[in-house]
Amino acid sequence: MFHLLWLVPAFPVVSAALLMLFGRRLGDRMAAFLGCGSIGLSAVVSILIAWRFLAAPPPGAALTEHLWTWMSVAGFSPGISLYLDALSLIFMLVVAFVSFFIHVYSVEYMRGDEGFSRFFAYMNLFVASMMLLVLGDNLLLLYLGWEGVGLCSYLLIGFWYTDPKNGLAAQKAFIVTRVGDTAMALGLFLLYQQLGTLTIQPLMHAAQLAWPHGSVYATAAGLLLLGGACGKSAQLPLQTWLPDAMAGPTPTSALIHAATMVTAGVYLIARTHVLFALAPTAQFAVAVVGAATLIAAGFAALTQDDIKRILAYSTVSQIGYMFLGLGVGAWTAAIFHFMTHAFFKALLFLASGMVITSMHHEQNIFKMGGLRKHLRLAYWAFVIGGCSLAGLPLVTAGFYSKGLILWGTLSSPVGSTTLWIFGTIGVFMTSLYTFRLIFITFHGECHHPPSHKTGWLMGVPVIVLSVLSIVGGFVELPAYLGNHPWFTNFLQSALPATVEGPHPALGELGSEALVVLTFFVGLWAAWFFFLKRRDLATALSAKGLGRALHHWWYTDWGMDWLYDRLFVRPVGWFSNTNKTDAVDLIYTGAAAATRTGWRALSLTETGRVRWYATALVLGAVIFIFLGALL
Amino acid sequence: MSLVWLIVIPLAAGVIAGLVARRSALAARWLSLLAMIAGFILSVRMWLEYYPHISLLSQQKWIAEIDVPWIAGFGIHFHLAMDGLSLLLVTLTFLLGIVSVMISWREIRDGIGFFHFNLLWVIAGIVAVFLAIDLFLFYFAWELMLIPMYFLIAIWGHERRVYAAVKFFLFTQLSGLLMLVAILTLYFAHHAATGVYTFDYPALIGTPLAPHVALLVMLGFFAAFAVKLPMFPLHTWLPDAHTEAPTAGSVVLAGLLLKTGAYGLLRFVLPLFPDAAHRFAPVATGLAIAGILYGALLAYGQTDLKRLVAYTSVSHLGFVLLGIFIGTPLAIAGAFVTIIAHGISTGTMFMMVGMVQERTHTRDMDRLGGLWQTVPKLSGAGLFFVLASIGLPGLGDFVGEFLVLLGTYRVNPRLAALATIGVLCSTFYGLKFVARAFHGTNRNNWKLPDLSAREIAIVGSMMVILLWIGLYPQPILNTFAPAAQSIEQILAGPPTASSTATPAPPAAPWHSLEPVRLSPPWTPPPRGAGIPARVPLSLPSGAGSRPERSGFGTARAPLPVRGAGSVSPSVSPSAPERLVSPWRSPSPLAADLSGGNR
Repeated sequence: MFHLLWLVPAFPVVSAALLMLFGRRLGDRMAAFLGCGSIGLSAVVSILIAWRFLAAPPPGAALTEHLWTWMSVAGFSPGISLYLDALSLIFMLVVAFVSFFIHVYSVEYMRGDEGFSRFFAYMNLFVASMMLLVLGDNLLLLYLGWEGVGLCSYLLIGFWYTDPKNGLAAQKAFIVTRVGDTAMALGLFLLYQQLGTLTIQPLMHAAQLAWPHGSVYATAAGLLLLGGACGKSAQLPLQTWLPDAMAGPTPTSALIHAATMVTAGVYLIARTHVLFALAPTAQFAVAVVGAATLIAAGFAALTQDDIKRILAYSTVSQIGYMFLGLGVGAWTAAIFHFMTHAFFKALLFLASGMVITSMHHEQNIFKMGGLRKHLRLAYWAFVIGGCSLAGLPLVTAGFYSKGLILWGTLSSPVGSTTLWIFGTIGVFMTSLYTFRLIFITFHGECHHPPSHKTGWLMGVPVIVLSVLSIVGGFVELPAYLGNHPWFTNFLQSALPATVEGPHPALGELGSEALVVLTFFVGLWAAWFFFLKRRDLATALSAKGLGRALHHWWYTDWGMDWLYDRLFVRPVGWFSNTNKTDAVDLIYTGAAAATRTGWRALSLTETGRVRWYATALVLGAVIFIFLGALL
Repeated sequence: MSLVWLIVIPLAAGVIAGLVARRSALAARWLSLLAMIAGFILSVRMWLEYYPHISLLSQQKWIAEIDVPWIAGFGIHFHLAMDGLSLLLVTLTFLLGIVSVMISWREIRDGIGFFHFNLLWVIAGIVAVFLAIDLFLFYFAWELMLIPMYFLIAIWGHERRVYAAVKFFLFTQLSGLLMLVAILTLYFAHHAATGVYTFDYPALIGTPLAPHVALLVMLGFFAAFAVKLPMFPLHTWLPDAHTEAPTAGSVVLAGLLLKTGAYGLLRFVLPLFPDAAHRFAPVATGLAIAGILYGALLAYGQTDLKRLVAYTSVSHLGFVLLGIFIGTPLAIAGAFVTIIAHGISTGTMFMMVGMVQERTHTRDMDRLGGLWQTVPKLSGAGLFFVLASIGLPGLGDFVGEFLVLLGTYRVNPRLAALATIGVLCSTFYGLKFVARAFHGTNRNNWKLPDLSAREIAIVGSMMVILLWIGLYPQPILNTFAPAAQSIEQILAGPPTASSTATPAPPAAPWHSLEPVRLSPPWTPPPRGAGIPARVPLSLPSGAGSRPERSGFGTARAPLPVRGAGSVSPSVSPSAPERLVSPWRSPSPLAADLSGGNR
C-alpha cells in the first residue's frame, strides 16, 4: 500500500498537465471531471495509506519512497523521494480532503467562466505542489513544492488577468513570498555547507550531533528558515501579500488559506523542529513573530469592510497562533490548530463565496445586512465557522486547538505569561471581528436581498466542512474533559511532546476559563457595538484619534506604504532612469570622442596648398625651436 | 573523422544553400534544415556511444580526436578534439541550429541564399570553436563565427541594425585581438621554456610563466571571453545586437555565441592559467555579482521585449562567470548546467518574442497587452519560459543556478547571498514581461493566429528539454563530469605521490539511529555517475599530509569554522568537501586522471 504514495502528487500533476495541454478542447464537463477526479483519487489513496499507517505502522512510524535521484554532483545528491511520517500524513490528509471539497465547490462557482479548464489546471498544480512540499524527504524537493505553491498562488490570484489590479496583487504575492524564499534558500545553503546533506532526517540527526545547544549555526539556520516561513505563511513583516490575494476567485482563497500555501511555513518549522530546539533564540523569534502577528492582524481585521479581507486578516492572525504554538514548543498543538483551521477557514471562505455570488459579486459587508433569512445555509455556515474560529467553548474545533496552544504558551518552559496575554488578547480580537462580520452581514436590516440561489455542488462541501469544523476538535480532548489526546499521541512519533515546565499558578482549567471569558467579552462587545449601538462604533471611528487609528489599522499598519517607499519605488526609479544603461555611455563616449577627433583632423585636410605650406613651415619652426631648446 | 564532418557539413551546406537559393528558396531552407539535423544526429549518436563508457573515460581524456599538421613550420596543427564539455555544447549548437532554420522559415524573405549561408557558417564557426584545441585554429574559428554573424545582424536586422552590427563587431574584434596577442605570448613563452613551437592546447598546459606575465596573458584570453559572455561592464553590445538581430540571429547569439565565452573560460582560462585565474577570481566574481544584479534590474526597466530578454542574459551569464571562478565542483557543474539551460530557455524566449513581433509588429510593451485572450497557447508557452528564466525549481535554469549558489556559499557566503538576491530580482522582470505582454486587456482588439504546428513542435520540444534538465539533469552532469574533473585537477595542482584516493563510500552514520525504512534513504548514485560516485570530497584523513602546491598556498576566503563543540568524526564523511578550498585540494580523483592528461 505504501508504495502507492507517489500517486498522491502524481494524480494532480498529470491532470494539471492534461488540462493545460488540451485546455478548452476538453469541454467544461470533462475539465471538471478531471480536476475534481484527480484530487478525489489523491484523497482516496491518502485515506488508504492513512488507514494502513494506523493499522500497521511501518517500522519507526516513517517510510521513504525513493523515486529517482534528482541530481548527483560532488556528493550532493538530493532525491526525488517522498517521506511519510505522522506529521506529513496529517498534512497530506487535510490537504487532500479539504482541497477535494474546494474543487467540487469550484465546479459550480466557476461554471461558465472562460478559463474554466485553466482554473482547474492551476488548482490541481497547486495541490500537487503542496503535496510535494509536505512529502518531500529533502529540503530541495520541499523547496520545489514551496516555489510551486508560490507560482500557483500567483497564477490563481491573477486568474482574471484582464484587470491589471488582479495582476498587481498576483505579482505582489509572488514577489513578497519570494523575498522569504531568498532567506530560505540561504538557510538551505548554510545547512548543506555545515552538515553536508539536505535530506531532512539525516540533516536533523547531523545537526543534533554537530551543533551544541544554542549554536550560532543553528540559530542562523533557524532564523533563515523562519524568514522563508514568514513569507509563505504571511507573518510579520511579510504578511502584506495575503489580504491583496483576495483578487483571485473565492475558491482559490479557500485553497490558499485553508489547505495549501499559508500553512507551508508551519509545516517547515514543525518539520525542522530539531533545529529550532537547538536554537532557543530562533524559536523565541518564532513565538514573538506569531504573537505580534496575531495581534496586528486582529486589529487590521477589525477595520476592514470587505468580507474576504476580514477573513484574510483572520487567517494571518490564526497562523500567528500556530507560530506561537511552534515557538513555545507546543508542536502538536500548532499542528492541531492547522487542521481545525483548515476546516473552518475553508468553510468560511466557501460560505463567503456563496454570499458573494448571491450578491452579484458585492464584497462590502456594509452593503449587505439581514441576509440571515435569505441565505440560511451560508448563515449557519458562517455561524459554525465563526464560532470555531473564535473558539466557542466545548462544541467547536477551534476551541480545543486554540486552547491547547494557549495552555502550551503558559505552561511551557520556553513560553511566558506575556505571550499568553498576547494570545488571550487575540482571542478577544478574534471574537470581536468575527461576530462583527456575522452581525453586519447577516443581521440587521436587509438592504439588497440576494437574487441568486446556489446549487448543491456548492452546498454539500459547505455542509461537510461545517460538520468537520465541529467534530474536528474531538480528536484531542484536554485533561479536564476526559483526557483523550489521540491526536497528540498519533503525532508523538514525529514531533516531540510539549514540555511542561513548572506548573503555573493558573491551572489548565483556570487558563481555559479566562480564555472562555475573553471570548464571551468579545462576543458581547461585537453584539453591543455592531448590532445594538452601531452608531457608537461609527462615531468612534469617525473623528480624531479613533479615525486615525481606524485608518492606520485599515491600511494594515501602513506597511504597504512603507514598503512602497522603501523598496518598490527605489528599484523602479533605478530601473527606469537607467533604462538606457549608463555603462554604455563609456563606449558611446569613446565613439563620440573618436568621431570628434576625426572631424577636427579632417578639417585640416582642405586641399589648399598655402595652408599646407604654412603648416609645414610652422611645424618645422616648432621642431627646430624644440630641438634648440632641448 | 566525425569531428571534421561536424564542421564540414554546415560549411558545405551553407555554400550549396547559398547557390541553390536562386533557383528555389524552399530547397535552400530544406537543405539547411537537413544539414542541421544531420549534425544533430551525428552529435547525439556520439553522445549515446560515449555515454555508457563515462566511467572508463577518466583514463582517456578525449572522446574523439583528430590531429593533422597544418603549417608544420610554425607548429600549427589542425587539431580537433571532443570531450564531454564540447560534446554537449556541439549538440546544443545543432539543436539550436535546427530551431534557427525553422524559425526563419517565414520571417526571412529577402536574400534567402546568403542568409542561410551566413547562418550555417556561424554554426560551423561555433562548432569549430568548441572543437578546436590548437590555439591558432581556435582563433581562426573564433573569427570565423564573427563575420557571418555581423552580416546576419547588419542585413536582416531591425531598425538600428547597422549600428548594432558595427558595435558587435568592434567589441568582439578588439577583444579577439587581445586574445591573439595573448596566444602569441604563450606560444613564445612555451618555446622559451621548452624549445618547441606549438599552439597545441594540451602541450601548452602547465607552461611556466612569471606570475605577472601569466596574469597579463590570462587577461588577454579573459577579455575575449568576457566580452562574449558578456560580463559587466563589457555587456553593452549585447542588448543592441540582440534587439536588432533577426530572430534566428538572436537565438544563435543568446543560445550559442555567449556560450563560446563561457566555454573559453572553462577550456582555456582555468586550465592554462590556474594561478592567475585564482588571483583574478575576486575581481571576476565581483563583476559576476554586479552583472547578475545590474542585468536583472536593467531588464526590469526595459519596455522593449527583446531588450528585456537581452538583459536577462547578462544576469544569467553572471551566474556562469560566478560558478566558473568560484571553481568548486558544485559551482562548475552548476555553471555548465546553466550554460545549457540558458541556451534553451533564453533562446526560446527570443523565439517567443519573435513570434509576438511577427503577429503584432511590435515589441513595445506599452503597445502590447492582453495577448492571452487571443493567443492563449503562445502566451502559456511564453509564461513557461519566463518561469524557467526566473529559476523556478523543476525547470532547467534552477538546477544550474542552485548548484552555482550552493558551491559559492561554501567559499564565500556573502557573494552567495548577493547572487541569491539576484534570483529574487529576476522575479521582477519575469512578472513584468508576463503582465505587460500576455495579461491585461486586449486593447487593440487583436485577433491573431495562435501557434502553428511548426511553432508548437519547436516550443514543445524545448519545454520537454527544460523539464528534463530540471528534473533529471544527471545525464548532462555525468557527461560533463570527466571534463570537470580534469579542470578541477589542474586547479588543484599536480597530483602528488600521497594521492589519498581511497574513495570510501560515504558512510551514513545516522543509519544506526534511523528507523528502518522501506528503501535506504541514501541510495548510492548509480555506477558511472561521474564525480559523485567516485569523489567523496570529504576531509579525507590524508588531506593534511598532502603537500600544498606553492601557487595555491594561500587559501581563498577563509571558510567559516564549524560551530563550537567537537566535530563528531562520524559526521564528517557525509559532509563532502567541507572546509576544502577547491583551489588547493587535489581531488582524490586526480590520480585517476593523471595518465591521460599530462
